[in-house]
Amino acid sequence: MEKVEVFSELKKNKTAMVGLFLISTLVIVAVLGPLIAPYHPLTPDPLNRLKPPSRSHPFGTDSLGRDILSRVIFGSRISILIGLIAVSLSLVPGTILGLVAGFYGRKVDEPIMRFMDILLAFPAILLAIFITAILGPSLLNTMIAVGIVYIPHYARIVRSTVLSLKEQLFVQAVRSLGGSNLRIIVRHIFPNTVPPIIVYATLGMGTAVLQAAALGFLGLGAQPPTPEWGAMLSEGRQYIQNAPHVAAFPGIAIFVLVLGFNLFGDGLRDILDPSLR
Amino acid sequence: MGRFISRRLFHLVFILIGVSILVFLMLRLIPGDPAHLLVGELASPQDVARIREKFGLDRSYPYQYYVYMKNLFRGDMGTSIRSGVPVSEEIAVRFLATVELSVAAMLISSLVGIMAGVISSVRKYSLFDYASMLLALAGISMPIFWLGLMLMYLFSVKWGILPMMGRFTMGFDPHTVTGLVILDSLLKGDLALFTNSLKHLILPAFTLATIPMAIIARMTRSSMLEVLSKDYIRTARAKGLAYRTVIIRHALKNAFLPVVTVIGLNFGLLLGGAVLTETIFSWPGLGRYVVDSLLARDYPAVQGCILLFAVIMVVVNLAVDVIYFYLDPRLRTDGKG
Repeated sequence: MEKVEVFSELKKNKTAMVGLFLISTLVIVAVLGPLIAPYHPLTPDPLNRLKPPSRSHPFGTDSLGRDILSRVIFGSRISILIGLIAVSLSLVPGTILGLVAGFYGRKVDEPIMRFMDILLAFPAILLAIFITAILGPSLLNTMIAVGIVYIPHYARIVRSTVLSLKEQLFVQAVRSLGGSNLRIIVRHIFPNTVPPIIVYATLGMGTAVLQAAALGFLGLGAQPPTPEWGAMLSEGRQYIQNAPHVAAFPGIAIFVLVLGFNLFGDGLRDILDPSLR
Repeated sequence: MGRFISRRLFHLVFILIGVSILVFLMLRLIPGDPAHLLVGELASPQDVARIREKFGLDRSYPYQYYVYMKNLFRGDMGTSIRSGVPVSEEIAVRFLATVELSVAAMLISSLVGIMAGVISSVRKYSLFDYASMLLALAGISMPIFWLGLMLMYLFSVKWGILPMMGRFTMGFDPHTVTGLVILDSLLKGDLALFTNSLKHLILPAFTLATIPMAIIARMTRSSMLEVLSKDYIRTARAKGLAYRTVIIRHALKNAFLPVVTVIGLNFGLLLGGAVLTETIFSWPGLGRYVVDSLLARDYPAVQGCILLFAVIMVVVNLAVDVIYFYLDPRLRTDGKG
């Protein structure tokens, strides 16, 4: 499908447009962070601890009196960054492994895909927790852990696309004209695996943001005082009885961002790759 | 069929050996010596050495793995470094709590998900369809640990209808028969405990069920829509069969196949979700135990738990494959296994 065609199809797709709107809004918030945040996200205000939402603090304040709205705004930068980096960390190796396994077949395929099967035997969050425990709790390690966990998913999708492409006439033609394996993979097979990868990566952004927030919630992600949404939620858990707003707002922010990626991904899938439905 | 299952079983054994090696090696990569952790910062080197020797931590990795596997085949998962209790015993107690929670969540998600999906497909583009699909989309986008906290705030703190945490109120005797408190209380006719534990189960089970429920609803709807457009449905209707009969007997039966797969594959999500749900609701299950053990570097406990999680995942996947094979006659005639 031509690029122009994809864009005009996208414009007609309401689901994708709502998703795009949510994502763009949060991206703008993230970019403008320091300009629009009413307070500094790390400055405590001991006199205004756990204050409910008010005119001066629309999302209320946390246990140290920090403005939750400002922390949520700065948190959007972290969550979007986590999503982008984690998805790249799974997408790049996953795609390469899938291309190699699918193209070269049996001898290479078996060991790669069996290893992927072993990784897939763990519940995703458990494997992520496990990897973070090894690497140590930090924001960077959260991205690495979430990235590693989803490598098999990309490898599988790319491999299955390659398997069907490999036997097609245009590939046979390039081969008979003397095209090298590398040329066939890079120039002819890879471009055809891009649409399903784009769809999966968009949906994967949502999953990555959720998983990273879960690690943050368990205390294995970003460490205080970083305004990471999952970690903020974890802090809010202690005050759920008398200050539920501390947990409520970071959760809503996670929800909106993930919903945006899911809506946009759903729309993209309808246009680019209906077979994935 | 025999060949198909034996091939899958071989695959299962291979995966499990791979998982056990991977877990074993990864645990040893975790910085920090468990012996140090156990005896504390101020312990003498002799004490640390004694602990290392006691738990075999001074031997080579291949030997440690060999001993671990040998014991595992005898049903011995080792001794928890933290508590000194056999890991199998610790796991058994907590495993049943997780089973109780996961089964409840699976029942809720399957029942509600399938019903919502069927009604949505039958009343396509109705208000119900839009509302339920919107809810389903919200369901898969929601951090369940946030949903759990919000439900806890509303139902426990604000309205005081349901208990906040735990499996039952302290002071009750759980009458251990099967280890599943709800079932045991019924078997012993203890209505008070039954009601109490059921109330404790509602919030965590619903929280855990959210994502699978949403996925099942979406899958049921799209699968039903595909089946409903088929010629044999029109034929069945033309024969004069009641609409309800056509939906249940003809459409649902055929639309069920992908739904079964989704229910099976979501079991992994349930187990993963259990880690978070159990943490929020202080549910004394395996999910919370594995996180606590990991943070305390209790190697044998983590090894046992993760291996058990992997066994469940792989066995459930095998079961899904077998059910699929059994339900879809095409696989039996076309595929040679």
